[in-house]
Amino acid sequence: MKQFYSIFALIFIVFTACAQQKESEVEASTPSESNYTSEIVVSDLNIPWGMAFLPDGSMLITEKSGELIHFYEGEKQLIEGTPNVYVRGQGGFMDVKLHPDYIENGWIYFSFASAEGEGDGGNTAILRAKLNGNTLVNSEMLYKASPNSKRGQHFGSRIEFDDEGYLYFSIGDRGDRDVNPQDITRDCGKIYRLNDDGSVPDDNPFINTENAKTAIYSYGHRNPQGMVKNPFTGAIWTNEHGPKGGDEINIIEKGNNYGWPVISYGINYSGTTFTDITEKEGMEQPLFYWVPSIAPSGMAFVSSNKYPEWKGNVLVGALKFEYLERLVIENNKVVKREKLLEDIGRVRNVIQGPDGFIYVAVEGKGIYKIVPQN
Amino acid sequence: MKLLYLSFFSFCSIIFTCSAQSSELDSSMERGAFIYEDFCVTCHLPSGEGVENVYPPIAKSDYLMNNREASIKGIKYGQKGEITVNGKTYNGYMAPMGLSDDEVADVMNYITNSWGNKNDNLVTEEEVSKIEK
Repeated sequence: MKQFYSIFALIFIVFTACAQQKESEVEASTPSESNYTSEIVVSDLNIPWGMAFLPDGSMLITEKSGELIHFYEGEKQLIEGTPNVYVRGQGGFMDVKLHPDYIENGWIYFSFASAEGEGDGGNTAILRAKLNGNTLVNSEMLYKASPNSKRGQHFGSRIEFDDEGYLYFSIGDRGDRDVNPQDITRDCGKIYRLNDDGSVPDDNPFINTENAKTAIYSYGHRNPQGMVKNPFTGAIWTNEHGPKGGDEINIIEKGNNYGWPVISYGINYSGTTFTDITEKEGMEQPLFYWVPSIAPSGMAFVSSNKYPEWKGNVLVGALKFEYLERLVIENNKVVKREKLLEDIGRVRNVIQGPDGFIYVAVEGKGIYKIVPQN
Repeated sequence: MKLLYLSFFSFCSIIFTCSAQSSELDSSMERGAFIYEDFCVTCHLPSGEGVENVYPPIAKSDYLMNNREASIKGIKYGQKGEITVNGKTYNGYMAPMGLSDDEVADVMNYITNSWGNKNDNLVTEEEVSKIEK
């Protein structure tokens, strides 16, 4: 009998010692019926990483491979004068965003992987320029992360503005998990905040910290590829890729440490663990975490009146499971998850256009618009 | 006696060539494993199993093992359009990874010799360089 107990204990230990992941608190479900359908607006795109509408209703689309497309009245035209893009692994031409006062000043902001600077490889860069006819002019490099690296991972790269006109962008940990994200004297694994001209705001959190990269606004991130201003509160929301499990939604606040890789709900791709803890004092808990990972990219709030049932909801692209996720959030807690556009393909990006409609960019396909079902 | 020397010499050179080839494969596979961890594992997963209906498997993949040139081309320039892998149709898009020719050769040697795949015919940088879009 004693032997039985010890075997039992042994089995118990073996089982609990294996990386047990706590699944997401809310599961994603398939809606039984839908009032909406999708129609393709721009077809034949490879990896439409970023998209932005110009005031005339035409669209700027970045292709990860390095092209900038102007889509106007059903025609695609390539824009000239685009930056030199370092295409490797997950890096390439990434986000595009108009200045909130675009009509006044004409500035367009871009993120991309760049080989500029010392050393082999590349790292994420932020540039602004103006569109003159079919050419980008007045290009100004606002930020270039260092050092360059030949690693293929985690360039981050979403761009957003808040209500005060500050420019935010994300840079992932560049595959250097144990070196970059927790060190504020280094780039990568951070959310940055700059003035719209690239200068560092006086009240950035690490402005007086010795050797710190003063553009850093928050740190301890892995690879944030979704970022949006919550139009109801003005706060900056992000989503980021975890490894195997542990994708997160965070609300970005000044100087916060979001914990990667010290705390995480994820494990290594191989199934082994890199940390035993999911929480720690001084490190923020995510608003929500995904286990298993959906590989989130792009993020949008539904604030228009085009989709009454979805108002206030968050939409997130799922690269891995090829659908658009709708998250119902009450008091900063996810209470419901739904799979929209199932099997549509790898959803890279989602935005609410100036016309109030939701636009979804899908790899290998193009850009879809979500419209009411007849 | 001369004959003995000669046969000894040939024997040695055969052994030497064989082991040189295999150590060349080993070191290429070692570099390839590193490339795989960096650029491929996110989608094709640690044991090359892929994700059903989305990312085709590499482990025991008939497409990979029977279409050497097309596989190199897919890694070098990206893969678009319909392919059939182990009887299943995939129609996704894999972006070009920006790998250099030697890196493509290394990762090919790694994936064609892992997870139940076996390929004695070394993929070289030169072979990759000759494959055009």
